[in-house]
Amino acid sequence: MNARSAPATKSYETVIGLEVHAQLLTRSKMFCGCPTSFGAAPNTQTCPVCLGMPGVLPVINRSAIEFSVKTALAFGCRVNRACRFARKHYYYPDMPKNYQISQYEEPLAEEGWLEIEVGGGVKRIGIQRLHLEEDVGKLVHEGTLETAHASLVDYNRAGVPLMETVSKPELCSPEEAAAYLRAFRAVLVYLGVCDGNMEEGSLRCDANISLRERGAKELGTKVEIKNLNSFRNVQRALEFEVERQARALDAGERIVQETRLWDADRGYTRSMRSKEYAHDYRYFPEPDLVPLELEPSFIAEIQANLPELPRARRQRFVSQHGLPPYDADVLTQSRALAEYFEAAVRDFPNAKVVSNWVMSELLRVLPGDDEAAIRATKLTPLRLAGLLTLIDDGTISGKIAKDVFEKMFRSGDDAASIVKREGLTQVADTGALERIVDDVLAANPRPVDDFKKGRSAAKGALVGLVMKATQGKANPGLVNSILEEKLSKA
Amino acid sequence: MIGDKDVEHVARLARLALTESERARMREQLSAILQYIDKLKAVDVEGVEPTSHAVPLLNVMRDDEPAPCLPQSEALANAPDRVGEFFRVPRIIED
Amino acid sequence: MKTDAKPHLTQLTIHELVDAYRAGSTTPTAATEAYLARIAAHDDKVGGYLTVTREEALAQAHAADERYRKGIPRGPLDGAPFAIKDVFCTRGIRTTCGSKILDGFVPPYDATVVTKLKEAGAVVLGKTNMDEFAMGSSTEHSGFKLTRNPWDLARVPGGSSGGSAAAVAGDLAVAALGTDTGGSVRQPAAFCGVVGLKPTYGRVSRYGLVAFASSLDHVGPLTRDVQDAALVLETIAGLDPHDSTSVPEAVPHYAAALTGDVRGIKIGVPKEYFTPGMDADVQRSVREAIAALEKLGAATEEISLPMTDYGIAVYYIIAPAEASSNLARYDGVKYGLRVPGGKDLIDMVSRTRAAGFGAEVKRRIVLGTYALSAGYYDAYYGRAQKVRTLVRRDFERAFARVDLIVAPTTPGVAFRHGEREDPLSMYLNDVFTVGADLAGLPGISVRCGFSAAGLPIGLQVIGRAFDESRVLRVAHAYERATSWLEKRPQL
Repeated sequence: MNARSAPATKSYETVIGLEVHAQLLTRSKMFCGCPTSFGAAPNTQTCPVCLGMPGVLPVINRSAIEFSVKTALAFGCRVNRACRFARKHYYYPDMPKNYQISQYEEPLAEEGWLEIEVGGGVKRIGIQRLHLEEDVGKLVHEGTLETAHASLVDYNRAGVPLMETVSKPELCSPEEAAAYLRAFRAVLVYLGVCDGNMEEGSLRCDANISLRERGAKELGTKVEIKNLNSFRNVQRALEFEVERQARALDAGERIVQETRLWDADRGYTRSMRSKEYAHDYRYFPEPDLVPLELEPSFIAEIQANLPELPRARRQRFVSQHGLPPYDADVLTQSRALAEYFEAAVRDFPNAKVVSNWVMSELLRVLPGDDEAAIRATKLTPLRLAGLLTLIDDGTISGKIAKDVFEKMFRSGDDAASIVKREGLTQVADTGALERIVDDVLAANPRPVDDFKKGRSAAKGALVGLVMKATQGKANPGLVNSILEEKLSKA
Repeated sequence: MIGDKDVEHVARLARLALTESERARMREQLSAILQYIDKLKAVDVEGVEPTSHAVPLLNVMRDDEPAPCLPQSEALANAPDRVGEFFRVPRIIED
Repeated sequence: MKTDAKPHLTQLTIHELVDAYRAGSTTPTAATEAYLARIAAHDDKVGGYLTVTREEALAQAHAADERYRKGIPRGPLDGAPFAIKDVFCTRGIRTTCGSKILDGFVPPYDATVVTKLKEAGAVVLGKTNMDEFAMGSSTEHSGFKLTRNPWDLARVPGGSSGGSAAAVAGDLAVAALGTDTGGSVRQPAAFCGVVGLKPTYGRVSRYGLVAFASSLDHVGPLTRDVQDAALVLETIAGLDPHDSTSVPEAVPHYAAALTGDVRGIKIGVPKEYFTPGMDADVQRSVREAIAALEKLGAATEEISLPMTDYGIAVYYIIAPAEASSNLARYDGVKYGLRVPGGKDLIDMVSRTRAAGFGAEVKRRIVLGTYALSAGYYDAYYGRAQKVRTLVRRDFERAFARVDLIVAPTTPGVAFRHGEREDPLSMYLNDVFTVGADLAGLPGISVRCGFSAAGLPIGLQVIGRAFDESRVLRVAHAYERATSWLEKRPQL
């Protein structure tokens, strides 16, 4: 299927809904005490409960409930005070009990929303529901799923708490879908409920997409797309699907309701299985767990302790710190970076200067969304503020400061110590500078001549020579004014 | 009451391979049982809440504390087919 | 048959045995060896045990010996030789649930009740036979062997805890653990003439009890007399953090409730539990027992439990539905049987389940799956859970007027092997026991007579939730006022 051939002829509306599964950052699993850390040797983080052995019983992890309520409130959902778990039945070897403990008729929360920024504007996307369930194990195929003679199962991941959210089908383009996922992930990471790592599978996304003729009221046939493991792949896969479906509809073909897998290497989606015959999950309330009735005070306390969310923080950076929206955007890409910025501003109250330094220098050496790295860096906000103070009071020049920054990052030392140790203090001694300028002027009659003839650019060259003579340590402002004065008298 | 197709469908849902004669006998026996169970239709359940739990407990949860796991050898000890650190299953054909 | 003037070691109750240990007139090892010898001599006839754990039992007995020698026994069960229904997980010991599909399964953990018994010093003699996955009322549906009623080897011991009941009745264990979902402790207790107690739902932890029907499964002891039942219940009851449905209700000193005084207790006799087709011996015995209770000072009145007629129908939707879900895990992937030669995973799973499960289990899985399937949920499972609420209300209404309900445990006595082949006729056995399971109420069965053919008859006492003390008191008072226990089966 060549997605690059002639574009679709009719005009279609795209309707997309996203289902996001997020592994919660609890210390133990959803229904047992096994640890949830990633990367352990196979089948070393299991117990009779998460292995689904005969006779075992689940017990709810309180933190998973708290994290989910926190997330639900952050998305403006209505938290259902009374909710319960249900069994969802289907046979698959990564699911030890051949049923998954999930939620069905009484999910934890419903009717929320998430604002995304698209095309210069803001759009609100509805969130249908949010519920909790247990994750399944990992299958490793000898070859690919299709060619393997056997598969291997690792149950370490089985039982990890999974929070599922389903958006309303209100996304209108692959671009919006990617934006939704980015914004969604940012909230979860901000709240500290999920690490948002799509490569490791702690954040997973499936999309449902259908096309309909522009202006039509009914939705088209829905196709589910799986295996979208990055923002880019979400967008690429959906772009492919829009083309595929549009071309099919143009040709008068019927869209098959099915599940398709995105093949990132080959750049297409292919049919996985037909969803026309829907699974009969035979849901019924989980008899081994008693219902939850969350106290209003419990919910209120979580609400009161919600941290400032990404969009609100972005807006505040613009209004309170006077930053341009671009800066606010970059600085709030992670909670750690935003906090870094604000800590530095507390000590060096020039937000734009701090912002410039964080964006151009700090982000050269640290990824802006690496919470751990930012919190752990030896170049603390206090240290950065210290460096900026040295520039501000003229001790060093901006150019030298960049050098010092590098050294600070690598050594962990503070700016003042480095400047002192390496003798980088800016030369601001007027007398000394005057002597150097005199020497440069005497040694370079041509540029002086050019300047007197009206070529003002020659002054720049002279400044450069003075800087060179002082190994860059001269205070540029002073050099400029001294040169001005001497040249005018020459 | 319950047809042959129903039994076949349900047996597939339950992953039970039944022989022809098992299916036939099951259909007969289940029909008789379902007929007996049909007497429940006569009961007026208007406004009656279902009992999913015999005890009126709520909010039973545990603290988020990690607990010791099974050693890998014990987790795999009962595996019908074990390969190294994994359980092995025959090839999976999508249903 | 009268007992000898001096009862044999294996004829003593737990409290008599432990008294003897304390007095130094015998030891746990002597008793354990005596039981093991009896098992070796008679169990091929009775078929109570699936696994006998000789080495482990003797090691536990030796340890108990030491404690008595040092004068530091752990409590009223220390050194008592128990049998455990094979539905409970026992660490390091083969656990089959009476099913071929768990062939070779050795659990890496103990059920909570097993841990509690071991901590109390009890000796585990072995695992007993049962109807496969606890589905049955005769133990004829075991995947391995038949169990015979010690009173008449041509007859069933009842089920599904038939092996446990037969072991206690045949003096092959001093007591046993069983489970009751539709009557599976009380009914075999009645058929075998022993005491069978089903506590309130949530009173005893289900962790490690291989699930049949989660909202109906109860753990209960089978013992020689009521005092023993009280002692075992004290040990196994209590909140378990591993079981979300276990209740944080304090565990009273049940044995202290056995005062013998039943004056003023109001007893209800449900008219629906005396049906025309019932065995005449059973009716007579139970009526006489009620008269005996009146003589002891209890007040009796007739009550009505109008939903009785619907109990079986409700039970036979809910139990199979939950069972079909609980048994989905048996698929040859992680433990148990795997049938080789399948062309792919689905084929392997289907063949394994076909080969591993018996006919009754398959029947209930299909019935249960049907009741939960799309389009049928509301009509079957949904409706049954609502009628279940009405069954509970029946009991609530009755207990507004009376303190206890007294009735027959079963409509008849132990039947012959092969006599109840039709599933529905087997299910109707449970008509007097399912009610207490559906409502989660405590119930006990005690011996109250014999049929003309010499088969035991059971009297059932049902109480309010968590009122086991009163249930035990009345049962105990009746037992002490009569001499039914003098008769023993002859193996």
